Amino acid sequence: MKLSVQVNEGPYQHQASDSAYHFTKAALEKGHEVFRVFFYHDGVLNGTRLTTPPQDDRHVVNRWVELAEKYDLDMVLCVAAAQRRGLVDEGEAERNGKDATNIAPQFRISGLGQLVEAAIQSDRLVVFGD
Amino acid sequence: MSDLFTVNKSPFEKNSLEAAIKFSLAGSSILMIEDGVYGAMKGTAAEDMVKGAMSDRKVYALKSDLMARAIKDDRVIEGIEVIDYAGFVDLVEANDKVQAWV
Repeated sequence: MKLSVQVNEGPYQHQASDSAYHFTKAALEKGHEVFRVFFYHDGVLNGTRLTTPPQDDRHVVNRWVELAEKYDLDMVLCVAAAQRRGLVDEGEAERNGKDATNIAPQFRISGLGQLVEAAIQSDRLVVFGD
Repeated sequence: MSDLFTVNKSPFEKNSLEAAIKFSLAGSSILMIEDGVYGAMKGTAAEDMVKGAMSDRKVYALKSDLMARAIKDDRVIEGIEVIDYAGFVDLVEANDKVQAWV
């Protein structure tokens, strides 16, 4: 089955990112296809490579990155949500005159159309967060 | 047609479990996740509502979220099926739509 996942919350504040990660991992391990993981609202904060949690805590960002590397996941940050919260890739840095980037590997920044497409292309869209 | 409703809030914090129950039709499934699993506990003010819903709907609770809140199996309302993330995925597949109640 083809699934997509939407994450609406940032890491370490709400359980949604953890729930979404465990759900996505379980779906992939069962052999389902995950068409896209779309990070919306504070969910875009899952995609900064500058995150440095204490060593004995889970690394929410790296966990997503590793899952994406293993399964070739498409992980998209909503561009409007990313701009508001300072999530920047090279294209956005150039376009908005920023002096740095912070997007983690395997993530990309794109528009809300990607969420609509995921909903259309997938058999199910599962939403995590408020 | 069958729907899966996920509920991620405690019934003692918000009315999302009550709303999910009221909006769900016979044959649908309700899955308690995150703080939603407090609704699965025996002996609370929400127990009768949950049991009422179970007459023609299936109610599930996510095991890891129960464990994280120290709600052991013997404190879970009888008839609620405790599932893991693989079971969550199976529920998503088994229902036509998934709706998050937050």
